[in-house]
Amino acid sequence: MAETLLKKGYLSQEEVDQGPGTPSAARREKGRVAAIECLQEIPCNPCESSCRFGAIRVGEDITRLPVLDEDKCTGCMSCLPICPGQAIFIIDESVGGGKAQVSLPYEFRPLPAEGEEVIALLRSGQELGPAKVVKVRQNEKMDRTAMVTLEVPQEWSMKARFFRRKTD
Amino acid sequence: MGEERPVARIEEHPILGRFEKGEKVSFTFDGKAMEGYAGEPIAMALRANGVMIHRYTAIRGEPRGIFCAIGRCTDCIMVVDGRPNVRTCVTALAAGMEVRTQHGVSAGKGAGGA
Amino acid sequence: MKRYEMACVGAGPAGLAAAIEAARHGVQAAVFDENDRPGGQLFKQIHKFFGSKEHRAQERGFSIGRSLLEEARELGVEVVLEAVVLGLYEGRVMNVMVRDFVEPVLAERILIATGASENMIPFPGWTLPGVVGAGAAQTMANIHGIKPGENLLMVGSGNVGLVVGFQMLQAGAQVAAVIDAAPSVGGYGVHAAKLARTGVPFLMGHTITKALGREKVEGAVVARVDEAWRPVPGTERTFEVDTICLAVGLNPMTQLARMAGARMTSVPALGGLVPAHDENMETSLKGIYVAGDAAGIEEASSAIIEGRLAGLAIAHSLGYLDQDGFRRLKEEQQRSMVGLRTGPFGEKRRQGKAAMMAALEG
Repeated sequence: MAETLLKKGYLSQEEVDQGPGTPSAARREKGRVAAIECLQEIPCNPCESSCRFGAIRVGEDITRLPVLDEDKCTGCMSCLPICPGQAIFIIDESVGGGKAQVSLPYEFRPLPAEGEEVIALLRSGQELGPAKVVKVRQNEKMDRTAMVTLEVPQEWSMKARFFRRKTD
Repeated sequence: MGEERPVARIEEHPILGRFEKGEKVSFTFDGKAMEGYAGEPIAMALRANGVMIHRYTAIRGEPRGIFCAIGRCTDCIMVVDGRPNVRTCVTALAAGMEVRTQHGVSAGKGAGGA
Repeated sequence: MKRYEMACVGAGPAGLAAAIEAARHGVQAAVFDENDRPGGQLFKQIHKFFGSKEHRAQERGFSIGRSLLEEARELGVEVVLEAVVLGLYEGRVMNVMVRDFVEPVLAERILIATGASENMIPFPGWTLPGVVGAGAAQTMANIHGIKPGENLLMVGSGNVGLVVGFQMLQAGAQVAAVIDAAPSVGGYGVHAAKLARTGVPFLMGHTITKALGREKVEGAVVARVDEAWRPVPGTERTFEVDTICLAVGLNPMTQLARMAGARMTSVPALGGLVPAHDENMETSLKGIYVAGDAAGIEEASSAIIEGRLAGLAIAHSLGYLDQDGFRRLKEEQQRSMVGLRTGPFGEKRRQGKAAMMAALEG
């Protein structure tokens, strides 16, 4: 399990696709939904406690992998800044125009500007291609973990997980 | 000979924000005028000014600088206001301090100590 | 000579949690720490903690540190800073040096919560300015606001290497690579993933063979290792870095326990030599307890629980807590600990602790 993670430090697409926290394509096309990429047994459950809709289940043994109930998930985004491992993303493939929106946790400063053109990166850090920052959110409750929403081609919805600013 | 490094002070940290510092003070390093903040470790004020080498060892004259940063390893020791073997990573900077590169284990110059 | 009912050596999470727990039940407690500020490693931890709500998950280390300190002060715990405990002698006497003044201190119960020290690996050039311990990089960046370098090589992929690597990015530095001689990433996958997605490459099965530079670090040579951990000639690559960060493991700091004659046992899963202790955190020496990293390398959350267990045991042994109360509160803490010592990471430590307790009985 999670071979690439242990060798390269990132999950392979196959590992993510088979994970219990990954939403189906059908659900992603309906609207915002969480994508939880936590595939290793570590004692941790803030994601479960943070979900008002009971869409994330870890259970009494807190080392169990979080399981996503995609039908209960409303894409409210409460869980994204909570995860200490920054392993939760929010995906929206209902935006149309061949685009998708990927929201990710961001703990660097300065924050990018809404409308900024950036380069989307894969989990491996390799460049995917141009993307646009469409929203930047931060508030006290998020405790310094800001949320950056990228607009990317729909095919990248389950690939783009970070970005590089053109000024880097 | 490369003592110049880009600015090392973090202005605005993404999690910690701004770092609380004491008042700005002047001090000297090997006679050169420098600035730092009162109360911060001498080693940090030096690093903020691009200084990497704190001393040269007694026998082989090899350079040493910060290693543990918590006062345990003694790599960062220097001559401060005439006193040798001062652990600069846990000693607070004060206005007017004279900090010098230490050679060997005393306040004297040259390898071989004494 | 100063007398206390309870003296903790070390004001990190274990020492503070122990003093708080004991003081809650009426014990007169003091905590000694050699640094000019308490909190141990907590104030350098700027990431959100794992675990569950009872383990203070989601809180950043420094905020947990602040609240522990506040609680200790509210309960009247005496926190003595810049105090080095030079020795621990027969009859539970310690010599404490506060700046230049040495004073003997007698305590009914003593808790050794001195944490851990960093391992190092020597290689040609390792003494050059620019080679620092991971703890040092953290101290520089998170306590003093000084970026340790512009481009770092992180040696070690355990949680310390991964967490500090990310903190270096947050400090504005670049991380050229994370290397580890082991074939797999040692720390949590999510910590690694945070780094990898920013473009930091991971080179497992690699070691550093040399630091380049005459007066300071200017580069690092890295090579692949074979099954016998030897560098394979011809696989060298050079990274142009100005800083080499060593995150190659922690070692319990147990000098006081050893000096006092506590039985020690070697437990690799816990980082090396630890003072053998029972489930009340008491060593083979009556009245001398150990908790936190000094009792075996774990995390802040387990250090806090071990501290509480020691504090409860001390309060009980001094007569401040009755048998039933002690058992109930102890079980609560033990249940909380179970959660932290399960799964592929925690299980090894659980086994390590079990083996060590068996050695104590032997």
